Amino acid sequence: MDEFILIFRHEDGTKVASPEQMQVWMKQTMDWIGGIAAQNKFKHGNGLPFEDARVVWHNNVVTNGPFGDIKETIGGYIIVKAESVDEAVEFAKGCPVLQGDGNSVEVRKIIKGDGIH
Amino acid sequence: MEHIELAEDIAGETFLAALETWPYKGIPENPAAWLYTVAKNKAANHYSRLQTFRAKITPALQQASSGGEIDIDLSDRNITDSQLQMIFAICHPAIPPEAQIGLALRILCGFGIDEIANALLTNKETVNKRLYRAREKLRQEKVEITFPAPGEVNRRLETVLTTLYLLFNEGYYSESQGAVLREELCLEAMRLTYLLAGNESTNLPPVNALLSLMCFHASRFPARKNDHGEIVLYHDQDENLWNLELIGKGAYYLHRASGGDQLSKYHIEATIAYWHTVKEDSAEKWENILQLYNRLLTIAYSPIAALNRTFALSKTKGKPAAIAEAEKLALTDNHYYHTLLGELYTGIDNGKARIHLEAASQLAKTEADKSTIRRMLEGL
Repeated sequence: MDEFILIFRHEDGTKVASPEQMQVWMKQTMDWIGGIAAQNKFKHGNGLPFEDARVVWHNNVVTNGPFGDIKETIGGYIIVKAESVDEAVEFAKGCPVLQGDGNSVEVRKIIKGDGIH
Repeated sequence: MEHIELAEDIAGETFLAALETWPYKGIPENPAAWLYTVAKNKAANHYSRLQTFRAKITPALQQASSGGEIDIDLSDRNITDSQLQMIFAICHPAIPPEAQIGLALRILCGFGIDEIANALLTNKETVNKRLYRAREKLRQEKVEITFPAPGEVNRRLETVLTTLYLLFNEGYYSESQGAVLREELCLEAMRLTYLLAGNESTNLPPVNALLSLMCFHASRFPARKNDHGEIVLYHDQDENLWNLELIGKGAYYLHRASGGDQLSKYHIEATIAYWHTVKEDSAEKWENILQLYNRLLTIAYSPIAALNRTFALSKTKGKPAAIAEAEKLALTDNHYYHTLLGELYTGIDNGKARIHLEAASQLAKTEADKSTIRRMLEGL
């Protein structure tokens, strides 16, 4: 069993959802994560709020968050356990983030800290 | 821990008398008063036993303290404190959880080896071996019967709560044999958790949450079995038999658990149990239960929680959606899994329902479960 990180990419991070939308989205996300956790395949996850976001550039230049400077922002991630990348992709397909136009979920394998990889 | 066997014997012999009376009377109206009485009796017997022991085995000691009674602090406070110290000593991370449960039953609850074997659905030999190894380990590790240092309480408490939780579950989820004794396990787990909640340094949110969970569950004891000792499923239970006082206590401890910023699995399970004290089905109820299971599974996976989540999903999103999720669980050697699928397929595809219920019947271990499944099959 390998671990994969599913990274939520939002095409436009400046869009602010209404509290009602946020609530619906939260619920959908929890249902999605709950479905993965019910298979004992959920490892860890976190939202990455936009407040207090900074980008540290070359030469230690710090800018306020990712917005404006780059188009794409990362909204959060979860780490799942899966037999293969295909299974991790199946999990990713259910992610509510994908309802947003242009949004994507990036699936990346996590290196095992066992010295083999 | 040097005289741990002695402690076991004393606890066993002295406690037995008390234990024989109260399980049949249900949960005492005033648990505090009940607790103190039991504790006092225990201590008094303990004291006299100890004196006999000392007189016979270590006369030298007796001489050293000659001229009068050995002064033992019989205050409620001291009795409670020493039981708490014992809980922490027994629930030591050095010994496995099943041995902790065994020792807790033996030393703190005064169960005999036969009773423990019966209660834990194992045999005498296994229990003896388990206890022997645990005692050796505690001696090797030089575990002392003291309260953990303040900084350590939280860390050690986790093991203690796990043991008490498992002890309660032993009684709650296996309905097979010796019904009275099984309920006794739950009540003992509650008594010990109650001790922790009553102590200043262990009166912490997860302790109150666990106690709340136990109260909510225990409130349905009288409704869970019919006159023939068969299990009555939740939606068939007569809620008039639910114990309102315990439901109230559950709410009280859940409220006390809400201080602080810790959210333990006990908090979530207690809140789920709270929603089950609301008999009527409503969209709000099942939506809340579903979300609680979603959270619970991310911090503590268990097959039972996964199956219960899927049931909640069927109540919020309908059977077809729940079937799709249930089949992903693939808990094919679990009879609850097949029972759930049998229930979900009923009315949608009775052929598949039958296949799952028959598989469930094959896998079910207890007669009570088998007869429940039989009734479901007949209802198809």
